[in-house]
Amino acid sequence: MKILVPVKRAIDYNVKVRVKADHSAVDLTNVKMSINPFCEIAVEEAVRLKEKGVATEIVVVSIGDKSCQEQIRTALALGADRGLQIDTNESLDSLQIAKLLKKVVEDESPDLVILGKQSIDSDNNQTGQMLAALTGMPQGTFASEVNIDAGKVKVTREIDGGLQTVELSLPAVVTTDLRLNEPRYASLPNIMKAKRKPLEVKAAADFGVELGSNVKVLKVEPPAQRSGGVKVADVAELVDKLKNEAKVI
Amino acid sequence: MAILIYAEHDNSQLKSETLKLANAASKMGDDLHLLVVGSDCAAVANQASKVDGVTKVLVADNTAYEHQLAENVAELVAEIGKDYSHIVCAATTTGKNFMPRVAALLDVAQLSDVIGVQSSDTFVRPIYAGNAIATVQSSDSIKVLTVRTSTFDANGTDNSAPVEAIDLVKSSSISSFVSAELTKSERPELTAAEVVISGGRGMQNGDNFKLLDGIADKLGAAMGASRAAVDAGFVPNDMQVGQTGKIVAPQLYIAVGISGAIQHLAGMKDSKVIVAINKDEEAPIFQVADYGLVGDLFDVLPELEAAL
Ligand SMILES: Cc1cc2nc3c(=O)[nH]c(=O)nc-3n(C[C@H](O)[C@H](O)[C@H](O)COP(=O)(O)OP(=O)(O)OC[C@H]3O[C@@H](n4cnc5c(N)ncnc54)[C@H](O)[C@@H]3O)c2cc1C
Ligand SMILES: Nc1ncnc2c1ncn2[C@@H]1O[C@H](COP(=O)(O)O)[C@@H](O)[C@H]1O
Repeated sequence: MKILVPVKRAIDYNVKVRVKADHSAVDLTNVKMSINPFCEIAVEEAVRLKEKGVATEIVVVSIGDKSCQEQIRTALALGADRGLQIDTNESLDSLQIAKLLKKVVEDESPDLVILGKQSIDSDNNQTGQMLAALTGMPQGTFASEVNIDAGKVKVTREIDGGLQTVELSLPAVVTTDLRLNEPRYASLPNIMKAKRKPLEVKAAADFGVELGSNVKVLKVEPPAQRSGGVKVADVAELVDKLKNEAKVI
Repeated sequence: MAILIYAEHDNSQLKSETLKLANAASKMGDDLHLLVVGSDCAAVANQASKVDGVTKVLVADNTAYEHQLAENVAELVAEIGKDYSHIVCAATTTGKNFMPRVAALLDVAQLSDVIGVQSSDTFVRPIYAGNAIATVQSSDSIKVLTVRTSTFDANGTDNSAPVEAIDLVKSSSISSFVSAELTKSERPELTAAEVVISGGRGMQNGDNFKLLDGIADKLGAAMGASRAAVDAGFVPNDMQVGQTGKIVAPQLYIAVGISGAIQHLAGMKDSKVIVAINKDEEAPIFQVADYGLVGDLFDVLPELEAAL
């Protein structure tokens, strides 16, 4: 079975971003970029399924400018078999990403598409669900466990009240949550090997998908800052402040 | 055109998020239809009709909707929703699950986690774990939004809007419900509580979370956790507060043995008063805490419980 894993190049999760002085956007100059953490979990899950003999081929795809080849190479070093970069300089909404991915699904006919549940930059949490809708596939979002058996996939999902398990027919879309697995580190030999794995580049413009967005960013501002508080000496002072100053207990 | 609000409920009880959704929606327009999708959910429809500002309640009551599976619900909401100017639901795991499907079926974008409504087409939402706040304008014919309800007030419940049944049944065979393992707790819900006390890796194990129990009892608090505490198996996943967990904004948030990573702060920094208890005086959590207490939690917690 073939697994498709869309991965996104995003700001590294350790970086605290700053907003540009003109409030037009977030300042990404000289900021460390990585593979979006949830996509890393998606790649890891696909690799484990291959190691278990369930999957036979893992294709990773990233949509973005040439720099996202770095993240495709990372995924290849982690164990994916081949990569596809869909080249564009535009910043796209999840809907356009999902439409491009739909074309990739039509070309590749994967049995399973594993995406991250959320990009940590846009915080959208949309693409997997949209891709599922556009392709008519069922979805198992926020997965903490994935089991494939007899042409079906059982997905245990992290929901607000606890856990829920659903069963989906294949092909299906799964999006990853934090507890699904703990991604490995790429070994040096695997990083070297990844350089020789195939990485195809296609122009986004050739996919016949309209790439304009109907959502215009008017401004991007820093959040309201909390004014630093005080340190209290002991529990008695804390309780006194909460009762008599903050009046919250 | 009217606004379609998706009611948050569990087939027996309308959730408080819905009252806040109605408030958020009233800033976009004034003809508000509240849609209840579920199974055996007449009681919810009844509660829904009381929500202030709602002009009509629509009820799709069918076993196909019992577990609100995304495949079925999205087809239904997209079909009903095509005649509306806005479709809004709460940014809960239910809403996050099916709403993007609705948007895709309607060929429009979705705006996630809206925290402010400036006009019928201009909205405010956090990005980058809340380290930037974007104001965006949508020219889509239908605006599909999920709303972070913690930032909106709740509407009252003195209304008696008419209730109308919807006969559309969308039942797909590609997905089915298998089981649910829901966390049982006598405590208030995290996202609705006035006081939240959360434990982190510093708690060391699940048993030690009992140290928070007595304090939570005395304060009527909900209990939360950091990702590290959930990953380590101390507590269940639904207790995670943060960028990729639950977003809370209580009157009082007490962080115990939590360092204050960006992703955790994203879920609680809009709390009115923040207390941090941590033995490391350099921990970043102290930068957002109104009251910081440097100390070993194993000494501090019993003392605090006794002092309340
Ligand atoms: C994609 C992604 C998403 C994430 N989403 C979330 C999220 O939603 N929510 C979230 O919380 N995190 C999230 N994280 C994880 C986040 O980056 C941190 O790793 C996590 O919040 C750390 O948890 P912690 O503060 O409990 O643990 P630590 O950072 O290990 O901190 C433990 C603290 O306990 C203190 N301590 C230890 N012993 C004691 C004692 N005896 N008494 C007092 N204090 C003590 C220590 O001084 C320390 O400050 C995410 C990370 C990624 C990559
Ligand atoms: N530009 C992109 N290229 C490839 N995959 C993407 C891209 N953007 C989003 N995705 C996928 O969609 C998931 C969810 O992203 P989002 O809906 O933007 O929060 C990510 O974790 C990726 O798996």
